[in-house]
Amino acid sequence: MKGVLTRFSDPDLGRSVLAEIQGKAEAIGRPLTFMEVCGTHTAAYSFTGLRDVLDDAVRLRSGPGCPVCVTPPGDIDRMIALAGGDHITCTFGDMMDVPGSGSSLRKERARSGRVRIIYSPDEALQLARGHHDGETVVLLSVGFETTAPAVSSVLRRAAAEDRTNLRVFSAHRLLLPALRVLLCDPEVNLDGLILPGHVAAVLGRAAFEFVGAEAGIPAVVAGFEVIDLLCALDCLLDMVGRGEVAVKNRYGRAVREMGNPAARGVTSRVFEQCDVQWRGLGTVRGGGLRLREEFAAFDAAPLVPDDEVGDADPPEQCRCGDILRGQAEPGDCRLFARICNPLRPSGPCMVSREGACSTYYRHHREESLHG
Amino acid sequence: MVEEPELVEMAHGDGGRATRELIDGLFMPAFEEEHLSASDDAAPIAELSGEWMVSTDTFVVSPSEFPGGDVGKLAVCGTVNDLAACGARPVFLTAGFVLEEGLSLQLLRRVVRSMASTASADGVRLVAADTKVVGRGSGDGVYINTTGLGQTMPGVELDAARIVPGDRIIATGYVGDHGMAVLTHREGFPFSVPVTSDCASLWPAVETMLSDAGDAVKFMRDPTRGGIATALKEIAEQVPVDVILKEEDIPVRDPVRSAADMLGLDPLYLANEGNLLIVVHEDAGERVVSSLRSRRGVTAPRVIGEVVEGSGAVRAVTSLGGTRDLGLFAGDPLPRIC
Amino acid sequence: MCLAVPAEVISLDQGVARVNVGGSVGTCFVDAVPEVEVGDYVLMHAGYAIAILSISEAEETLRLLKEAYGEGSSDAVLGSGPGPIGPG
Repeated sequence: MKGVLTRFSDPDLGRSVLAEIQGKAEAIGRPLTFMEVCGTHTAAYSFTGLRDVLDDAVRLRSGPGCPVCVTPPGDIDRMIALAGGDHITCTFGDMMDVPGSGSSLRKERARSGRVRIIYSPDEALQLARGHHDGETVVLLSVGFETTAPAVSSVLRRAAAEDRTNLRVFSAHRLLLPALRVLLCDPEVNLDGLILPGHVAAVLGRAAFEFVGAEAGIPAVVAGFEVIDLLCALDCLLDMVGRGEVAVKNRYGRAVREMGNPAARGVTSRVFEQCDVQWRGLGTVRGGGLRLREEFAAFDAAPLVPDDEVGDADPPEQCRCGDILRGQAEPGDCRLFARICNPLRPSGPCMVSREGACSTYYRHHREESLHG
Repeated sequence: MVEEPELVEMAHGDGGRATRELIDGLFMPAFEEEHLSASDDAAPIAELSGEWMVSTDTFVVSPSEFPGGDVGKLAVCGTVNDLAACGARPVFLTAGFVLEEGLSLQLLRRVVRSMASTASADGVRLVAADTKVVGRGSGDGVYINTTGLGQTMPGVELDAARIVPGDRIIATGYVGDHGMAVLTHREGFPFSVPVTSDCASLWPAVETMLSDAGDAVKFMRDPTRGGIATALKEIAEQVPVDVILKEEDIPVRDPVRSAADMLGLDPLYLANEGNLLIVVHEDAGERVVSSLRSRRGVTAPRVIGEVVEGSGAVRAVTSLGGTRDLGLFAGDPLPRIC
Repeated sequence: MCLAVPAEVISLDQGVARVNVGGSVGTCFVDAVPEVEVGDYVLMHAGYAIAILSISEAEETLRLLKEAYGEGSSDAVLGSGPGPIGPG
């Protein structure tokens, strides 16, 4: 890989930058709370040990950027029901173990053997092409602005070849509208925001400019390598130190001011925005994507069996709603690790591998339980 | 003249002529074992003296053939390594085959030959075998159970109860190769990852090491499904102690790391089939690593961590000096997009 | 919410690229980055390119770090670092 790109995972550079930002945090003199909006950032800050080493000087809180966590139980059950149907179902690995009210994709695979884990949505199209018997292939599609272009591209190609045996179930959500809802909440009490670098690669830095105005706190667009994670914190600490409110870009190699219009164009040819439910946030106007009319033939929704779809609410003590809004940490929830764990999750933040509770369960269980 | 069948058929399992032809034509020539006979129900093996250990395991990997090996090689190495991890020289092996109707006989022939050559490389003798056929769609090709009998090396005392704070943890090779090779070799995966399974017998390395290092070696485990993290978690909880790993010291091949980044996987949880975790006395770390170097099956011997006082936690110290817990894994590592 | 990695474009054919990701070679769709050229690095998510990585911007980000930490850390920031990823 190109030399300069490898610098972003250089441990020596990482250690130097870490020492510097620990100094800056100390100089500010009070504990700070930043929210990493994106579940992939939550995983990265934990995986690199950064969350642990910053400890109390800088608390990192997880936000609503976990597409599986914010998918309502009804949609989860619909997707699992689809997997039980008389066709091949493709899914990304993230969804396999998410429990619905009665089953899961893993269980459906055990029952029928017709659930396939894929890495790229194009694999679903390849499978559909390979089925000369016309057997239908259904793609369960979960993700944010980053994933929508890839799925749209697949559908455009499918349409171009008049394919009739490919369907998509869209559980796509859009982070930007949800972020607006989140920041309107008067209870949100943060010193800064770490913005999702790959959503920003599609949308552009400018799309997040409203954060400064509406929330009055500094924000930084961040990448995911060790140096990116550190650089983002460095930038936020600088802004906090100066009392500056702005939205800065520290992932310049991937994020342009206006993002990638071609990628947005690919998405908008196939999908349109719609109002949807987000677990933890309620209805988010324009917070979801549905297939446009011309692509209706590719919609898997009509294939969902007509049975009553369960709508199990998490137990009263489940604090996922607060956790998704950054107002609590997994350790604050009394169910965490005592009753709620990845094998028997009580709420959505534990079900997804990207969810805050799932990440903390794997990497910070001891501190979360014992403070 | 009857044409030789190309696929396993139900008749191959019914004990009659077809079964006899399968055994005589495919299994027997591969194993060349005088005690292995198609007609006896049991065979005498030897007069056994000393302490013996027995281990059994069943191998169901799919696909049956993958870069670096196949289910047959895996079935031999898996049981050999389980015996080696207990300080026992693998001597005898039995094999039970469950074959799916429709399995290619060519594939079966390759698998059986692979088993035979893997076993003979360590002087292990296959002394009993059985084969059954199941209907199409039940057996995923070929399932193999192997049971191994091994003779404990004299003077060896491997016991988790001997593990104390200060002990060092050694890994003999790059982690996650097998898991990554199998996962990315599945049909339709759009990338070609240049990694082969590390499937290998570690008996020769163990034999030399135990002869050289004596009782500095306290305990061993071969980390298969669930990776080194799961195996270490089991050891930590058993004693109990805490285990602290240094991430930068854990050997991971570059293509495995890159592919793991792409797929959102943690190499510490990916399966190994030619790796051994060894707990040694705190002063013996480098000495044991040296004695392991350039032994067959050993690819990257390193001290990767140490034992500290505790109650069963496993933690990894990252390059930034922070720590993250390594818990028991819930389920297979699955490729993610988020 | 999205795992994406740098992927080096080694060949192009009508919106489909063959890419190298740290030694693994495979397919990446590039219809969202129509100006991509062989030799570019794209940001690949689920086998799809969502952006072309800018080497000059990468250097700029590292330069900002160097500026922040002064001359003393210049070697650490922009100087000799690890070489390209070699064989395992």
